[in-house]
Amino acid sequence: MLLQANKWLRQNGASTLNTQQIASRLELIDITKQYPGCLANDSINLCLQPGEIHALLGENGAGKSTLVKTIYGVVAPDKGDILWDGKEVTIKSPSTARDLGIGMVFQHFSLFETLTVSQNIELCLSQKHLANIDDLAEKIRQLSEEYGLNVDPDKYVHSLSIGERQRVEIMRCLVQSVKLLILDEPTSVLTPQEVSGLFDVLRTLSKEGCSILFISHKLHEVTEICHQATILRGGKVVNTCVPSEETPASIAKMMVGDLAEQDTQYTKKEGTHTLFSANNLSLPSKQPFGTSLKNIQFELKAGEILGIAGVAGNGQDELMAIISGEDNRTNKSSLSLDQMDIGHLHAGDRRKLGMAYVPEERLGRGAVPDMSLTENTLLTHSTGFIKNGLVQWQEAKDYASRLIKKYKVKCHGEFSEAKSLSGGNLQKFIMGREIGQNPKVLICAHPTWGVDVGAALAIHQALLDLRDQGAAILLISEDIDELFLLADRMSAICDGHLSPQVKTQDTNIDQIGQWMAGTFIDTQRELTQETQS
Amino acid sequence: MDADLITQILFAAIKTGTPLLFIALGEVICEKSGILNLGQEGMMLMGAVLGFLAAYTTGSMGLGVLAAMIMGSFMSLIFAVLVLQLGANQVATGLALTIFGTGLSAFVGSGVVGQTIQGFTPIAIPLLSDIPYLGEILFKHDILVYLSFAITIALYFVVNKTRVGLTLKAVGENPNAANAIGIKVLQVRYLAIMFGGAMAGISGAYMSLVYTPMWVENMTAGRGWIALALVVFASWRIGRIMLGAYLFGLASIMHLVLQGLGWSISPNLLAMLPYMATVIVMVIISADHFKEKLLAPRSLGKPFDPRNMA
Repeated sequence: MLLQANKWLRQNGASTLNTQQIASRLELIDITKQYPGCLANDSINLCLQPGEIHALLGENGAGKSTLVKTIYGVVAPDKGDILWDGKEVTIKSPSTARDLGIGMVFQHFSLFETLTVSQNIELCLSQKHLANIDDLAEKIRQLSEEYGLNVDPDKYVHSLSIGERQRVEIMRCLVQSVKLLILDEPTSVLTPQEVSGLFDVLRTLSKEGCSILFISHKLHEVTEICHQATILRGGKVVNTCVPSEETPASIAKMMVGDLAEQDTQYTKKEGTHTLFSANNLSLPSKQPFGTSLKNIQFELKAGEILGIAGVAGNGQDELMAIISGEDNRTNKSSLSLDQMDIGHLHAGDRRKLGMAYVPEERLGRGAVPDMSLTENTLLTHSTGFIKNGLVQWQEAKDYASRLIKKYKVKCHGEFSEAKSLSGGNLQKFIMGREIGQNPKVLICAHPTWGVDVGAALAIHQALLDLRDQGAAILLISEDIDELFLLADRMSAICDGHLSPQVKTQDTNIDQIGQWMAGTFIDTQRELTQETQS
Repeated sequence: MDADLITQILFAAIKTGTPLLFIALGEVICEKSGILNLGQEGMMLMGAVLGFLAAYTTGSMGLGVLAAMIMGSFMSLIFAVLVLQLGANQVATGLALTIFGTGLSAFVGSGVVGQTIQGFTPIAIPLLSDIPYLGEILFKHDILVYLSFAITIALYFVVNKTRVGLTLKAVGENPNAANAIGIKVLQVRYLAIMFGGAMAGISGAYMSLVYTPMWVENMTAGRGWIALALVVFASWRIGRIMLGAYLFGLASIMHLVLQGLGWSISPNLLAMLPYMATVIVMVIISADHFKEKLLAPRSLGKPFDPRNMA
């Protein structure tokens, strides 16, 4: 059975790759990992040829992360064998993995911000590697040239953009001349232009014989560059395919079973009157490595969804903090709700006026980790479930259990602690809690981040219903596809500047992508200079 | 004031600052790895009493210092096991260590209270000590002071110029990332904590073998706490720790100096100076949040458990 599967894979790999009949670069046989209460990997088999770009697909919780952590030596499997170049190996730790030639680029980067690029890379190298390199900085410059990575070895990491940091991580693997590169959702933090740059690098690497294991949610990317795909669901391999012979929709179907509707289109609406606006909002960041906001200007109308696209770290967090009132150093008049100046109000006062928020950071900002779901509903509810100074526990409990049912939140019940939920499930709960208050204005960061396809549809519908009831919704997200799907008007944020807002029908991914890279900033500056002179 | 008096004051400031320098150097290495050990005072007292006992019974000062170092690192090992292996809260464990060390050192040393020994004799370094003023201030000390110079220079080099220093910084900034690239986080932290313990031990030995060559209960008088402030004051930099230690040393002998000059300020008020200076320094530094965040090891005080990685 196993042999047959491997043979099948090899044949298919050969048809697209023309690999020679040599030992596979990596072969996983029956990898099983049991966590308390969840079988993360159930007898997984996977085979990678030299030079193959292999996609690992699946929804959140399908077991992708556990599997790659097993390969990288972070997680020890309970059962199963790993063959590397045909030989059986035990990968005890990341350093063993690196000695074999396995490199990994993490979704949340593992860089040290207070060190320079070359110091960061040096830390990763074994003595053996270092002995072969005379001048690390020179080697980095040379590789940077060769692969078009554009990495400056002398810069401090905290001064780099997210895209640059990712290139540093890739560089880190290149310096070690890896034979297998694992990328965990590499494109989720990049602008469309940066993504195509990354793909060029990956193709060059593949041609040189480096195998690549590519985890992604974005199926059109998978069909674009991957030679092979393995699809996981519930910890098991449910399918394998050659992505170039499939469409994103057909792959999505394999991922979720049958309920995926990829090509959903929602009607776009036009807002009626301005409900919320930011007027010339400028503010230096509080954080050492934060982004300062510069002249942010937008109007949010009743009955519309305004989307703000942008690569992470371009001022979204700061903007969110200011709009929510967490950071209320702003002028009174720089924010207004219903023609009332609210720039000086605290977060709680703003909530009382009918604003609601879904922050990016779910645990810690969106919910208190050690408190139950019921207690977490109390925190932001407009009345706080309080009558005569006493908490109405029964009502709060009912409300929480209604949310759990409506959004299919997987948990043990309304008394589960927030931290015991998976990211996607907690996100569903928080979204539900905020939408459930029928706010006038909802500010929402990454509404479906980490949420599976079925639940994402439910959240989308809930957002649209809220809009149709006349609420104004601001969506801040890194997922452009989702913004195009939901937003009635679009805008982009780059380095603390906000682009003009345009109707979604009047723009396209290319333009927004360029805005995300900041092309609008110069024009804006010229305009202001003109008006001044 | 004449030049001779100034020279004498500075000489004394270095002597007084030396135990602070030892213990603060140990603590800064520990903090750079992301561990906050509030047990400094306890480790120092244990070092002081063990160092004194060893020197008193064997008559060898070298053995005294060695015993103090071993005792200091043994105390810190208790802390390390609790904090690293068992995931105990760093602040609470550190405080417990101080209380434990204070009590145990009083118990262990009760038999030798009031006994004296012949401390280290000063060694004038040939040639260097002949430099006018500077030679008087720097090069007529005992061997432990020279050892503290050497350790400072060595640590400056290790922290800023070597891979060991990079590793240490990496572990203190982001232990998860460090683990992911294959650095053995717990091992680095064990070593850093135990280095801190050994330095606290020497610092204690300096108190009981050199500064006042005898054992008195609680003789370190809060120097372990001052060292903690000193690390923040120096913004975790080796060079500034040396400067800060001597400044604090100067502050603590100010009351003697001013009395000598015939100023009529209550000696009790003046004895407060180093502690006042500590408080003021902490206030000034924490006023600038921005800078504090930039300089401090990012993961200071946060536990790391490799088993929670998945």
